[in-house]
Amino acid sequence: MGYPFGRDGDVRTPSGRRLADLRLDDDSLTREELPATPETLRLQAEVAESAGRTPLARNLRRAAELATVPEDVVLEIYTALRPRRSTADELEAWARRLDEAGAPQSAAFVREAAAVYAARGLLA
Amino acid sequence: MPESRRFAARSERDLRREVLIEPLPELGLVALDGPNDPEPSLVLDGDRVVELDGRREEDWDVLDHFIARNGIDPAAVREAAALSDAEIARRLVDVDVPRGELVRLSRGLSPARLARVVALLDPVELMFALKKLRARRAPANQAHVTNLKENPALLAADAAEAAARGFAELETTVGVSRYAPLNALAVLVGAQTGRAGVMTQCAVEERLNLRLAIQGLVTYAETLSVYGTEAVFVDGDDTPWSKAFLASAYASRGVKVRFTSGGGSEALMGESEGKSLLYLEARCLAVVRAAGSQGVQNGSISCVALALALPGGTREVLAENVLAAWLDLEVASGNDAIASHSEIRKTAKLMGQFLPGTDFVTSGYSSMPRHDNMFGGGNYDSQDYDEWLTIQRDWQVDAGIEPLAEEEAVAVRERAAKAVQAVFEELGFPPVTDEEVRVAATCLDSRDLPDRDRAADVVAGDRMLAEGISGLDVARILARRGFPDVAEAVFGMQRQRVAADYLQTAAVIAPDGTVSSAVNAPNDYRGPGTGYRLEGDRWERLRRLPYAVDARLLAAGAPSEPVLRELGEARALGEPDDLVVAVGPAFGGALCETINGLPHADVLAAIVEGVAAGGATPRVVRVRRSADVAFIGHDGACLSGSRIAVALQSKGTALIHRADLEPLDNLELFGMAPLLTLDSYRQIGLNAAGYALGRPVAPVPTMLDNYARAKLIVRTTLLHAREAAAVVRGAPAVEVELAARVEEVSDTKSV
Repeated sequence: MGYPFGRDGDVRTPSGRRLADLRLDDDSLTREELPATPETLRLQAEVAESAGRTPLARNLRRAAELATVPEDVVLEIYTALRPRRSTADELEAWARRLDEAGAPQSAAFVREAAAVYAARGLLA
Repeated sequence: MPESRRFAARSERDLRREVLIEPLPELGLVALDGPNDPEPSLVLDGDRVVELDGRREEDWDVLDHFIARNGIDPAAVREAAALSDAEIARRLVDVDVPRGELVRLSRGLSPARLARVVALLDPVELMFALKKLRARRAPANQAHVTNLKENPALLAADAAEAAARGFAELETTVGVSRYAPLNALAVLVGAQTGRAGVMTQCAVEERLNLRLAIQGLVTYAETLSVYGTEAVFVDGDDTPWSKAFLASAYASRGVKVRFTSGGGSEALMGESEGKSLLYLEARCLAVVRAAGSQGVQNGSISCVALALALPGGTREVLAENVLAAWLDLEVASGNDAIASHSEIRKTAKLMGQFLPGTDFVTSGYSSMPRHDNMFGGGNYDSQDYDEWLTIQRDWQVDAGIEPLAEEEAVAVRERAAKAVQAVFEELGFPPVTDEEVRVAATCLDSRDLPDRDRAADVVAGDRMLAEGISGLDVARILARRGFPDVAEAVFGMQRQRVAADYLQTAAVIAPDGTVSSAVNAPNDYRGPGTGYRLEGDRWERLRRLPYAVDARLLAAGAPSEPVLRELGEARALGEPDDLVVAVGPAFGGALCETINGLPHADVLAAIVEGVAAGGATPRVVRVRRSADVAFIGHDGACLSGSRIAVALQSKGTALIHRADLEPLDNLELFGMAPLLTLDSYRQIGLNAAGYALGRPVAPVPTMLDNYARAKLIVRTTLLHAREAAAVVRGAPAVEVELAARVEEVSDTKSV
């Protein structure tokens, strides 16, 4: 599948429908069918990587991991990463939870933050 | 000291409402090359960064840690270490060094070194570097769409017109956060009515923003601010990790994200550590890249007036944009907050981004009058469209805004307002009345609109969230209610989320749904004749302004009967009271009125009457061999018994000549034809008679309109072209007399 993925429409929705087959007058189509899948986000990460954009690729890989994490949880982790919101243990707990949710890169990112926060007095 | 009235007059100018200051480095009020900026350094231990800009790891702040861990490429560090600052700066403007090579090199430079290298460039070099380093092939622009009443019909109408004018992204916000879903909805529907594929955002708090995205009501965000010192970053209740995590969260829900930074914010918040604007911005940008953002809006942004208070401020702001582009980020280059009270100074600043072209030339062009701009913006607004379009045409530069005829604008605005009216009705929201639709299509700003029931509107906004009303629902409503194309366009924006192509760097969406980004449409500028150039159909489109006129239709004049009757070749006469009035080759024939619309018959009659009133005997001849007023006059004087002649070009320029003078000399010249009235022409005749009869003559006072040339030069050129076309080389002058209307006109005049 070549970038842009939307061009030939082979990219899939969460339930596996082809983008090209989506029709507005199809009543079975729901909003839940319309986000990018983790797989699509990973493919976009590969596109970014091969264009030499490693940090963007890492961001998109984290996004792929977070795509299946509930919105409220994602926002809770964001809040936990704000300055002096969390203890080292609390951040470690979030990291473990991300690991369990199949989000190892996001987990590592939280652990990286925790180490620096400890050094800079940014833990609760 | 005696006071100068000139100094007093200047002190009243708009510019002087601003405060300009000398640098105050201890408060971070220095544009670039600050005395407290660190010496650049980047030391590796293996592939691990252990020193950054003079600080060892144990002394790093949170930004240093983040940059060192996520934003440095060790191979590039080794490559850059072998190059001098001057050599890297030279490569930035070397047309033969490709963009990709410079981007790779940037990953091996510390913030202090990035700032130092880019500060070596002068303004023109900065512009050239920016042109070369822009991520996307073609520039684009972003608009603001808000109004103080948060009226949905007006939001939709403004969004539609902005989209139809070619803006690739539209940004709205709220005065009251509960309006966010309605404003996002109105701008989405309006944008897709104006042009399919335009991306929209609603700048609100993160949780709400994310929700709007999940419901498919917005597609991008640029609210992620970063700062160049740890103190300000933490005061903003974030760290580089929290912001980067949030960016990933947005991307996970299919939101294109652009960070925000910009020089001056740290000084404004009192925590600059005494560092220069450019150095702190280099730190911000290093964080932005390390966070994996595809882009940034920078160039001082809301602090631009602070940057411009400093020596070199405009150059510093441009250098910020160059740094961002060099770091391979999409750049929305500011120009949204008001940079100066002075229109001259403001636009001088704009040229730094306008001429090279950036991914988004402004971070928000106010698509409505400044009065309704809720971003505190409106540096350029809807009142300035014609200037912007004309400057694009002047420079043959694409700065992302297209001309739109009045009838098209009104039509698309009305349709968008009707579309939003239909959606509100279907959802059972407080009605958008026909009157609101009508006014939204044609009004100046929201003051023209009736007030809405705001309590009921915010309840509707709450329902949008509670019921999870989505972009898909909106598309279906539009399809049912007779807006099939808008429905498909809104649906198209939902489909875009599935492909997520617009998460790549510098993405915009074409009307057919194709995403163009730095991946599939990268800037390929490699010198003259390459890269994006405004030419072909696009140039045709941008240069055809609704208020430009067809030169062939100008200066045609109303057709009329010939004013003059030719009597035969003109003779030189000896009578001392004979005074020739010499007219140009096209006078009263191919042309029949002067540049300010005086009929030739009336003008000639006024001169003749003046001559006669002065006691001389007028005789009218037509000079055919020249269209030049000097030669017309001199030829006339040589034929004149008194040796004096009045010359009259068809466009109305006149002079009084004397036969013994050099042809290009004269007694009196009346070059300001647009200011001449019939009375002036009569006075010219009177003075000429005075010269002929040897009376002392007070020259007609000089009149001056320094704008006449700017206003009339096109018309002058066209009129003169017709005069020149009527020249018959070598033909002798002919005697003429006024045809039919002479008596009548003279009679009227003498009443």
